Amino acid sequence: MSDIVLKTEGLTKHYGGVHALEGANFEIRRGECVAIMGDNGAGKSTFVRQITAVEQRTSGRIWFNGGHVEFADPLEAREAGIETVFQTLALADHLNVPDNLFLGRELVKFRLGPFSILDYKAMRKATIEGLEKTGVKIPNISNTIQNMSGGQRQCVAIARTATFKSKLIIMDEPTAALGVQETAQVENIVRTLKGQGEPVILISHNMRQVMDLCDRIVVFRRGRIVANLRKDETDGQDVVAYITGAKTQAEYEDVAAA
Amino acid sequence: MADTPQIVLDERLKKEGIGARLIKRPELGAIAGVVLVTLFFLITADGAMFTLSGIMNFMTPAAQLGILAIGAAMLMIGGEFDLSIGSMVAFAGLIFGACTVTLGLPLLLAIPLTLAVAAGIGAVNGTIVLKTGLPSFIVTLAFLFILRGASLVGLKLASGGSTQLRGVRDAVEGDWLAPFFSGDAFGPIFAWLAQVGVVETFNNGTPKVPGIPVEILWFILLALIATFVLLRTPQGNWIFASGGDRNAASNSGVPVRKVKISLFMFAAICGALVAIITVMDSGSTDARRGFMKEFEAIIAAVIGGCLLTGGYGSAIGAFFGAIIFGMVTIGLTYTNFDQDWFQVFLGGMLLIAVLFNNYIRKRVTGER
Ligand SMILES: Nc1ncnc2c1ncn2[C@@H]1O[C@H](COP(=O)(O)OP(=O)(O)OP(=O)(O)O)[C@@H](O)[C@H]1O
Ligand SMILES: [Mg+2]
Repeated sequence: MSDIVLKTEGLTKHYGGVHALEGANFEIRRGECVAIMGDNGAGKSTFVRQITAVEQRTSGRIWFNGGHVEFADPLEAREAGIETVFQTLALADHLNVPDNLFLGRELVKFRLGPFSILDYKAMRKATIEGLEKTGVKIPNISNTIQNMSGGQRQCVAIARTATFKSKLIIMDEPTAALGVQETAQVENIVRTLKGQGEPVILISHNMRQVMDLCDRIVVFRRGRIVANLRKDETDGQDVVAYITGAKTQAEYEDVAAA
Repeated sequence: MADTPQIVLDERLKKEGIGARLIKRPELGAIAGVVLVTLFFLITADGAMFTLSGIMNFMTPAAQLGILAIGAAMLMIGGEFDLSIGSMVAFAGLIFGACTVTLGLPLLLAIPLTLAVAAGIGAVNGTIVLKTGLPSFIVTLAFLFILRGASLVGLKLASGGSTQLRGVRDAVEGDWLAPFFSGDAFGPIFAWLAQVGVVETFNNGTPKVPGIPVEILWFILLALIATFVLLRTPQGNWIFASGGDRNAASNSGVPVRKVKISLFMFAAICGALVAIITVMDSGSTDARRGFMKEFEAIIAAVIGGCLLTGGYGSAIGAFFGAIIFGMVTIGLTYTNFDQDWFQVFLGGMLLIAVLFNNYIRKRVTGER
């Protein structure tokens, strides 16, 4: 299947004795929005950290864009086209909004080998445009991140993923800290991205949001994927049953292929 | 510029005056400190302190410390310490002395070799810290002793039993690179200034200030380069990000490991540069060189606004921090105070600076 963007096989992560992730088989296709749900500590963020090479996985294989990949660090994952909003936001406290947005891929106006000079103007301009495009409002983008509210910080992190061209977007509980209005904004961003055919993995505890936005729901429980459900074959109550372990799905792998 | 989109302004956002913006700069405390110390010595010290030759007198030790302080400040902003840079001065002095005197190498080889050895040790420091995740405080504390001890042993080997290695001046005599690392710069200009009466002269007509000691020029140059890197290059942002939150930086795609190891190397190179300059000026090297300088460098960086927790600070601040240091060290000799007040004075300065910086930061962030 050529339209599979990301596929994992037997993805496993042990923290010493803690088996946080055990044999996760997962795939996502172009234009698809897949929700990952599960209780606290189910292994959702761990799964994300293995894909994005934040951590060294214990075992398992990952395919991205048709090829087998071994990312050495998050930068490589990002350069390959995976944009991530981490649950513990990856922002630099003492830098302002443009510097954070472009952290690790700064715009420069002069480059000679390793020497380059930042193009503050261009970064500012792109930041303002990017924030406008995503509908995110930040009072003063020259302020350092440390003085911003949790929601504003979250908005910056989300704007960062939406500003750059990517092949896959992963959002780990992006609306957890947001107010009603900001949540709606983020949901709009996801809709727009989906409309552009961009695949999104959305980790969320918000059933309404998941049912609204996503085509498929993957349920994690105690480090394992216990269900893989198309939205049209399930409902909120059914999903909760899988999350709590009241119900189990024997051959969940087949659903995606169908 | 007409098509630049307007920034969406929030009504809660009051336009900040220049004063409010200035107060957020990390180097403000150090600049205030320079003013304060200057005022203090203007009142208490002999007027000679602020003549041209008096200024050179305190700027020379300030520059020697300042070069270290800039290395220390960059490293602190990057979230790490190096307690071994003082010992590095002794060790690099040994390497440099051995290269020039024992091996008879020209400066063109001896200087790069010395810097390379220092950079290598800095890289080892950094690699251990990053590989193990141990605090750099502990790892470099070990190197504080290792390098100091190695300098002693090495000096005895190189000099045949003494802890001092002499003859550096003779060895580098006439080397075309020597003027860049020793003595005074702009000699002819100062001779001319003396002739036209701008610079005071001794009775025999030679100028009282023969030029600008090269370490002062290196000090200024390094401060400018470091400031430029911090504020105008991607690497500068990476340093702030790596120092503030290592995981966040690495998740954002900053090559944290590379950044931090480079900073360890830079700090070590600063130590080696001080070693080369001071050894060439005195003509000999000994094992006590750079003793306690690691602490003074860190103090200068902290006076300059660097946070011990990393992610915040400035090279300009460290620049002024070092100048405060030089003024206090030398300034007391111009006063009627007992020289031994020096350390009391220094500790006091450090305390005031830290309290001041802390106060400012809380004003800015609104925390208690
Ligand atoms: N570095 C670590 N060392 C040891 N155990 C860890 C580590 N990181 C995570 N864990 C454990 O792995 C399990 C899965 O954690 P994970 O963060 O993936 O949960 P999650 O599904 O994202 O939960 P939440 O909904 O609360 O974000 C938890 O039991 C957690 O305690
Ligand atoms: Mg999580």
